Amino acid sequence: MQNMVNVYFYGKQYSVPAELTIMTAMEYAGYKLVRGCGCRHGFCGACATIYRIKGSNELKTCLACQTQVQEGMYISTLPFFPADKRTYDMEEISAEQRVMMELYPEIYSCIGCNACTKGCPQSLEVMQYIAYAQRGDFAKCAEESFDCINCGICTSRCPAGISHPMVGVLARRLNGKYIAPKTEHLAERVEAINSGAFDEIIEKVMQKPIEEMKELYNTRDIEK
Amino acid sequence: MFTAEMLESIKKVEATRAARIGVEPRRMTAEEKDELLRKFHPDYRAEGFQEIKVGPNKGEKAPYELGTLLHSNSRLLGAPINLEKVDYDVDVLVIGGGGAGSSAAIEAHEAGANVMLVTKLRIGDANTMMAEGGIQAADKENDSPQQHYLDAFGGGHFAARPELLRRLVMEAPDAIRWLNDLGVMFDKDPDGRMVTTHGGGTSRKRMHACKDYSGAEIMRVLRDEVWNRQIPVVDFTAAVELIMDDQGQVAGAVLQNMETGVYLVARAKTVIIATGGAGRLHYQDFPTSNHYGATADGLVMGYRAGAPLLYQDTIQYHPTGVAYPAQIFGALVTEKVRSLGAMLINAEGEAFMHPLETRDVSAASIIRECRERGKGVPTPTGFGIWLDTPMIEMIHGEGTIEKRIPAMLRMYLNYDIDMRKQPILIYPTLHYQNGGLEIGGEGFTKAIPNLLVAGEAVGGIHGRNRLMGNSLLDIIVFGRNAGKAAAGKCKEVTLGRMNLDHSQTYAEELKAAGLDTQEVSPLLLPKYTFGMPK
Ligand SMILES: Cc1cc2nc3c(=O)[nH]c(=O)nc-3n(C[C@H](O)[C@H](O)[C@H](O)COP(=O)(O)OP(=O)(O)OC[C@H]3O[C@@H](n4cnc5c(N)ncnc54)[C@H](O)[C@@H]3O)c2cc1C
Ligand code: SF4
Ligand code: SF4
Ligand code: FES
Repeated sequence: MQNMVNVYFYGKQYSVPAELTIMTAMEYAGYKLVRGCGCRHGFCGACATIYRIKGSNELKTCLACQTQVQEGMYISTLPFFPADKRTYDMEEISAEQRVMMELYPEIYSCIGCNACTKGCPQSLEVMQYIAYAQRGDFAKCAEESFDCINCGICTSRCPAGISHPMVGVLARRLNGKYIAPKTEHLAERVEAINSGAFDEIIEKVMQKPIEEMKELYNTRDIEK
Repeated sequence: MFTAEMLESIKKVEATRAARIGVEPRRMTAEEKDELLRKFHPDYRAEGFQEIKVGPNKGEKAPYELGTLLHSNSRLLGAPINLEKVDYDVDVLVIGGGGAGSSAAIEAHEAGANVMLVTKLRIGDANTMMAEGGIQAADKENDSPQQHYLDAFGGGHFAARPELLRRLVMEAPDAIRWLNDLGVMFDKDPDGRMVTTHGGGTSRKRMHACKDYSGAEIMRVLRDEVWNRQIPVVDFTAAVELIMDDQGQVAGAVLQNMETGVYLVARAKTVIIATGGAGRLHYQDFPTSNHYGATADGLVMGYRAGAPLLYQDTIQYHPTGVAYPAQIFGALVTEKVRSLGAMLINAEGEAFMHPLETRDVSAASIIRECRERGKGVPTPTGFGIWLDTPMIEMIHGEGTIEKRIPAMLRMYLNYDIDMRKQPILIYPTLHYQNGGLEIGGEGFTKAIPNLLVAGEAVGGIHGRNRLMGNSLLDIIVFGRNAGKAAAGKCKEVTLGRMNLDHSQTYAEELKAAGLDTQEVSPLLLPKYTFGMPK
């Protein structure tokens, strides 16, 4: 006999095998998912979910695709939560504190309740990355928010109405483009290719008979 | 979380670990690899395939499940579609909101075209978001585009289309530069040099990464850029059939709202198919690493309209999918785990192969170890082989796993497995569609004017096997190229009368061939309702 547990999708009871995730349990119960399901492996943030175990007053949040069902789970999915993304031209902005201040001024209304951090299924220090953004320390904000999958749970919990993942992506882009050190070998190689330095040799390789290519491939030296 | 039997086997792995550090297992010879593939790679299992009975690739074989979709009728036969009522009218229609589609949309927009992107789920709900390991480009002094070409050509069994592979390697450094300028955070040394590693089959360390969220980092930046440019994104809307005109050119697509079922007509002067892969067709019953919408829709729509496929019979099984625990069965364990030094170890504690053979060879070798040699570790779903992750921290120091592969650590910790201390169990998973719609060097299909294809939906860039890191690269290189080419081409296009006649003709061909699958295609989403998970 399979080990079954009782769970409640939107308040309605279903008996499902205990080894399933919330996502596969919904399918087992008969749901055909369109919303709330993307990568199915913890990378896209489509499956934000909120639940409470019967008899407990603690509200928990998680990713439906990464969380095993438990007896007495009262489950509601959160397939969409209105966040507010501001638009900008990456070429026109810079890594100055005032850029964030102008685009996302509401971050200064954070009351320090830490609900965002408690809700994050990636265990990120969300309130901390918002604090870094407030200070204009985009490198630290980028580092701290790096594993964010844009599930929107923090946004749904925030009394200050902050769209945390949008703040994070701006900080990371500023960091990647303006703060991180420039890569000289990359610029040089692009330049060399554009100037035609590899045209002749690549043409030659393309023309080689397959037998010769096989020989070259099987005897090529491999960097240690 | 491991069973008692697994814990017993772990002891054997631990017993040989110290002696294995610094010792590289022998690589297989070309002959050994050939024989191994023939005997154990799923591509060589005849039962997994069927002959295509209609259309341009008639007489060739395709994976059974894909064949069935090719042998099925349009969703629109008999549906009351009024092509006169145009809901969207654009220069460039991009189908698919993954990395290829988003790059194409950005470049088409940059070139001044009126571009729209439709996607089945949300933009970014895509295989691109899930890529962990990294992206190749020959941008270091000891490396060159021709070396990159040689690795990819050999790794793909000398079957790649030279004009496509040339573009891939020659435009690779510029793809990295483009992403970097958009703000993608590549792993770099303090002096700005890219941190690069090996991937299976590379002869130079040219794998660039963003920790083990490489695809996610690229995808979220591309998505943010699409949003910044305010390019129209129509989400939860699938393309279900291409529309043609009376001159035989592509003229748009019929779309369907995934929630309401409503059909919509999009007219376009150029169409870019960027619908990605097919993992959710579960070939040969394999689990998959792919996202929910990977159902080969673009291949089916393109083929029905007359565009040939190339290498549709070659599939990549990633050697290291999760074998245990069941909740994450089939999820990917990035190749980077092996790049960082973890070895593949059988139930007896033996390193039975070099950990960085190409993917097809590695997958076949793992299958042989379990099926023929009986040295797999039994799991509730079959077998697994150990991936000895604690080696990583012995080689590179404590903290490496958290710093370099945080997504993997997190995924296992969810199930109380600490990969820093215990090895993990893996088995091949259905990962990538090597083949797809055939294109020429400029990104256009050869059969249908103004139809372009980019990304995993293309066949021929990699040949019959793809190296890690060359797919994230191809979606950027060929996505960008398609966007530019489509924006250039649309200026010369005048559309004639729109029609769906080809779906009717196809229906007649199916009938003449005596085929009636009782299904319609494209599939759009896999059927998991009331089922146990795959
Ligand atoms: C888990 C995993 C890890 C990987 N790791 C790496 C790696 O480290 N390095 C590497 O180079 N490659 C890697 N790959 C491969 C690589 O990520 C993909 O091949 C690549 O990202 C595909 O990009 P794409 O844009 O072509 O398709 P996708 O990113 O899959 O996008 C396709 C989009 O089209 C949409 N779509 C599908 N059908 C329709 C339709 N009918 N109408 C409208 N929209 C539709 C989909 O919903 C999706 O949004 C990995 C793949 C996976 C699954
Ligand atoms: S920071 Fe917010 S959006 Fe990002 S993963 Fe955590 S809860 Fe989700
Ligand atoms: S939830 Fe909002 S207000 Fe509370 S700590 Fe987080 S950002 Fe600040
Ligand atoms: S479905 Fe993508 S994170 Fe759960």
